[in-house]
Amino acid sequence: MKLVIAIIQPEELPYIKEELLKREIYKFTVTNAKGQGKEIPVQEVYRGISHEITLLKKVRLEIAVNNEYVDSVVDAITTVAQKDGDKGRGKIFILPIEECIRIRTGERGKEAIG
Amino acid sequence: MKLLILYIFMVGGFLFGKSTTTTGDEALFVVNNTWMLVSAFLVFIMHLGFATLESGLTQAKNTVNILFKNVSIVAIGILTYAFCGFNIMYPGSFNGILGFGGFGLSVPAGAAGLIGYAGGNYTYFTDFIFQAMFAATAATIVSGAVAERIKLSSFLIFSAIYVALIYPIAGSWTWGAGWLGDKNFHDFAGSTLVHSVGGWAALVGAYILGPRIGKYSKSGAIKPILGHNMPLATIGVFLLWFGWYGFNGGSVLSADPGAVSLVFVTTTLSAAAGVVGAMITSWYISKKPDLSMILNGSLAGLVGITAGADCISPTNSIIVGFISGIIVVLAVIQLDKLKIDDPVGAISVHLFCGVWGTLSVGIFSSDYSVSTQLLGVSSYGAFCFISSFVLFKVIDLLLGLRVTEEEEIIGLDIGEHEMESYAGFQIFSAE
Repeated sequence: MKLVIAIIQPEELPYIKEELLKREIYKFTVTNAKGQGKEIPVQEVYRGISHEITLLKKVRLEIAVNNEYVDSVVDAITTVAQKDGDKGRGKIFILPIEECIRIRTGERGKEAIG
Repeated sequence: MKLLILYIFMVGGFLFGKSTTTTGDEALFVVNNTWMLVSAFLVFIMHLGFATLESGLTQAKNTVNILFKNVSIVAIGILTYAFCGFNIMYPGSFNGILGFGGFGLSVPAGAAGLIGYAGGNYTYFTDFIFQAMFAATAATIVSGAVAERIKLSSFLIFSAIYVALIYPIAGSWTWGAGWLGDKNFHDFAGSTLVHSVGGWAALVGAYILGPRIGKYSKSGAIKPILGHNMPLATIGVFLLWFGWYGFNGGSVLSADPGAVSLVFVTTTLSAAAGVVGAMITSWYISKKPDLSMILNGSLAGLVGITAGADCISPTNSIIVGFISGIIVVLAVIQLDKLKIDDPVGAISVHLFCGVWGTLSVGIFSSDYSVSTQLLGVSSYGAFCFISSFVLFKVIDLLLGLRVTEEEEIIGLDIGEHEMESYAGFQIFSAE
């Protein structure tokens, strides 16, 4: 069992979601996040003064899967995120999961994730 | 059909039969007085406009505090105006500088308080309530400029004294038939008497308090502090514009069709030209069109035309508004550079455009001279600057003006009120 955490650009979310569903991955969590990466900071103007936004809006995706699905998840994300070669496409972290429990039934492990 | 004719006769007989004065005069009196009361509640709704505009252009963590100030100032302003303000501003015959007609409200008996009070234009009570709404407006202007860092108690004490004494004394000089009125100084609805009077105190307050934490970096670079709700700010501006029809339209002091309709037209044209002036200026300077600047631009146009809405032609009112729109954008940017931190642009709108509007009367109307207008502007400037400076300094010495650094970062909602304005929402307040 692995936990895939991906920090992605917000505008990629709908396409990545589509790719995940295509690969029969239906369960994931999405959180709004702010972060600083390699991309160029954004310039904004407020009342005549321009200022630099360095903490940019990101989306944090969390997907817990059985081992055989890990490559599909990575593939779904990178297919979308590599389309243009810009910097700041984000990162994917893969962590091992010690245990997973479905709260309603008390099922554990592989069954609980699926 | 017969019944209908009978009914019309009965109603007609009832309406006209009971009158002892000439029926035409009485009907006109009712219409005049009704319009003045409508104007009074139009000015009243401007306070909601100030409340939403100021909350929209400041941070989410200070919203309860902004709203609290706006509500309490209306109440304090009206009460103090009833207690002493009205009779300081309109003392009857006096030396032209300072007069007082006694505490409280005392309606002249019989027809002297009704149709006889102002030549059939409005009653004594209408006079009071319309003027009381104006008084509260002058105090509210200060609130935005000193927002997000002033102690609530100190602010309320300042406002109470300013609106109870300084505003009516200043007003009596012109509208109360004082020395500037005698010199033919013209301020129709208060570009100077209301807006600059509030604007001077706003300037002094923002200057003495100093900028908000985070507005300037250690190297002195300007860092904007973003307003948290542009829809709310926009609602505020539309409400203020709406209320201005009472502010200027009611300042005709009767329902005179020619005068009121002219005032509506000049007021509207100037506001519209203010939006366009600010749009072009901010687009040119910042390369992007700034919503908050055109919001300020419409108010700039409104403040600008307020002094001469009755005597400036529609064409010239467009010029007055357009220039106001340019002034307000340049002033906002310039004040930032001078390290005078005004979160909502109150000083730029009410002081700068109030001064410009008052002078424009001398430029565009042959009945008034620029030099007299300038004398009025500078007299009010000196009086309001000095009195608000002394008042703020004394309060600072006795009670302190500014909240602690810690409170300012946490926000005045929790610091002053222990209350959140957006409970259940996640707000980044310490960034």
